[in-house]
Amino acid sequence: MSELLIKEKEVVVPGQILATGMEYLPSHGTYRKDDNILANRIGVAVLDGKVIRTIPLGGRYYPKRNDIIIGKVSDILSMGWRVEFNSAYNGLIPIKDGTFEFIPRGSDLARYYDVGDYFVGKITNVSGQMLIDVSVKGPGLYKLRNGRIVEANTNKVPRIIGKKGSMVSMLKQATDCKITVGQNGLIWISGEPAMENLVVKTIRKIEKESHTSGLTDRVKKFLEKETGKTIEERAPEQFEEPTSEDGEQNE
Amino acid sequence: MSKYTKRYDGRAMDETRPIEAKAGVLKNADGSGYFKIGNTIAYAAVHGPREVFPRFLSNPKKGLLRINYNMMAFSGPGERNRPGPNRRAKEIGLVSTKAIETVVDLEKYPNSAIDVYIELPQTDAGSRCAGICAASIALADAGIIMKDLIPAVAVGLVGDTAVVDLSYKEEQPEGMEAVDIPMAIVPSTGELTLLQMDGITSKEKIVEVLEMAKKACVKIAEIQRKALQEKYQGEHNE
Amino acid sequence: MNNDSGKPNSKEHLRKALAADVRFDDRKKTDFRDVKIEFDVSNTADGSAKITCGNTEILVGVSLTVGRPFPDRADEGALMVSCELLPVAHRKIESGPPSINAIEISRVIDRSIRESGAIDVKALCIVPGEKVWIVNVDVIPINHDGNIIDIGALGAIAAIQKTLFPTLDEDNVANYKEKTGKVVEVLHKPVPVTVCKIGDQLFIDPSRLEEEQLDARLTITVMEDDSICSLQKGESSGLTIDEVAVALDLAVKTAKDLRKNI
Repeated sequence: MSELLIKEKEVVVPGQILATGMEYLPSHGTYRKDDNILANRIGVAVLDGKVIRTIPLGGRYYPKRNDIIIGKVSDILSMGWRVEFNSAYNGLIPIKDGTFEFIPRGSDLARYYDVGDYFVGKITNVSGQMLIDVSVKGPGLYKLRNGRIVEANTNKVPRIIGKKGSMVSMLKQATDCKITVGQNGLIWISGEPAMENLVVKTIRKIEKESHTSGLTDRVKKFLEKETGKTIEERAPEQFEEPTSEDGEQNE
Repeated sequence: MSKYTKRYDGRAMDETRPIEAKAGVLKNADGSGYFKIGNTIAYAAVHGPREVFPRFLSNPKKGLLRINYNMMAFSGPGERNRPGPNRRAKEIGLVSTKAIETVVDLEKYPNSAIDVYIELPQTDAGSRCAGICAASIALADAGIIMKDLIPAVAVGLVGDTAVVDLSYKEEQPEGMEAVDIPMAIVPSTGELTLLQMDGITSKEKIVEVLEMAKKACVKIAEIQRKALQEKYQGEHNE
Repeated sequence: MNNDSGKPNSKEHLRKALAADVRFDDRKKTDFRDVKIEFDVSNTADGSAKITCGNTEILVGVSLTVGRPFPDRADEGALMVSCELLPVAHRKIESGPPSINAIEISRVIDRSIRESGAIDVKALCIVPGEKVWIVNVDVIPINHDGNIIDIGALGAIAAIQKTLFPTLDEDNVANYKEKTGKVVEVLHKPVPVTVCKIGDQLFIDPSRLEEEQLDARLTITVMEDDSICSLQKGESSGLTIDEVAVALDLAVKTAKDLRKNI
């Protein structure tokens, strides 16, 4: 006799029994033990037919191929630049993926990217031993100038971006700030000091209320109240910078 | 030997002291926990998964779980202790790591370290168990992939009487001998991951108190779970 | 000098925010974060407090021990302040013996309390030349978001005021199981205020992010009558005398408000 022990959108913790019996199937964030399905990380339960999975609530960024990330150059090597991006792992930008410019042999690589430079990059490869290749050569990939970088929960990035970029688009409109959101949870913000602070405040609000409904409306009202502006419904942006297409968590 | 028929603080023999547990109490950490049992208080902070230092310890096949245990200088019952790691603290760190390692899926974290720091501002026996309870909450809070939470409690004997969750006074009872058995368990499998003993007793008594401990741990795991759910569900109900 | 202007998170970016008087947490340069103090956070300590200021959270425990006096101060007790910066408080803090940073914090807080005569050290004498009370203050941040000196010192004074003497037996050995009702007397409430400088901007109560980019800082300890009892300059850049004068003014003003918390 199979039985579902939890509700949709319920917060579940490691070891918690989500369902009994063989009717249900485990997926991301869950595992089968004997006749039961248990959670193996803190998350929000989701039921897809008979498949039970969880959306993670915590955890640092885990690099994935094709992710757009914001990273920082931590070292300059002979074959490229070593980079960090708020993960347990660091990566490498090979010389050929640094820039469209021709880089002569023996040139000082710091001329192109110096230690401490931030950039928008794309993860091109993740090897089995977690050796990670990053490229800054391509549309929407570039060195970042000015502004500041804040850390957000990587699991909340889809909500911060919104469906087809709608949330971040609202933020930009309300604050006149340039904003780029990396899948790794690092966010670049550039604008007037008070407006940059408002972006950060709003991001914290989105993180906190990420799994409630009506969030987009509440954020809209919040921004209108803080800025005195009226936010128009705009068509989704034609990508100046790469963003996630879908506001829902993809795995 | 006198008999222990009534506990110094009036508890039932199988009752733990009052427990208070919280998740996410330290903002800088990737995950954190707070566990108070009676007068013993433990904080735990998780930093990780992150790069391993020193580098030579890095394992390309699996992650490294490192639990550090530290009692603050003013947390002991008598005179102030010199701060800094001592051998006792290092051993407790080791057994605590082993107690939790079994359930963490370290193969998901190759070439990384998951560092846990347990700090105790106040102790009244059962400190290593409180530390493990806080550490479990912290690891789950940090989103670490683990099969289960790990509850821990010290059980034992005062005189001949089996008790759960010995207080400091019960560890050194007047006119009697005590046996102190800190243990930790994986609730979903019933396996013991921490088991130590100070004192002398029979094998039958050991099994008896371990069964009592198992029951107590089921309740403790519930409390740990509630602490985590409270933190996140609370955010979702706004 | 940092040549990082133009990069995100540059010192220049911080300086611009300060110049606009809109810091990253919306504070003004002269704003100190709200202080909250909770007592009795450790019943094994003889006196304790938890002080929270923004995201900085510090536990302070006071332990009274019986020891020998210094030979040149035979009838005076002693004060020992120890600050530990532990990995629990921030991911960048490594395990190990106290860093020079932690040692500086310890000594600056120590001097602030000592030089002000805040504690009546003669009242700590048990047997002149042989036994005195030593006031051990352990300042332990559990969440580090900057300004440990100022916040730690406030917490220390708060905790000392609530510290109860253990009883002494016939051999003048402390019995920690029985407390007397007597509290350690605090005669003065010195308040250190660390005034910070980034570029041409002076401000107080740095967050950790601001602290990591400081050009200079000056910790000024102010007494109730506005006199100054201790100074400590830190970081590598210089301060003009004019800047010091401005800092002194700012410290005196700020100390008055902060003292209301203790």
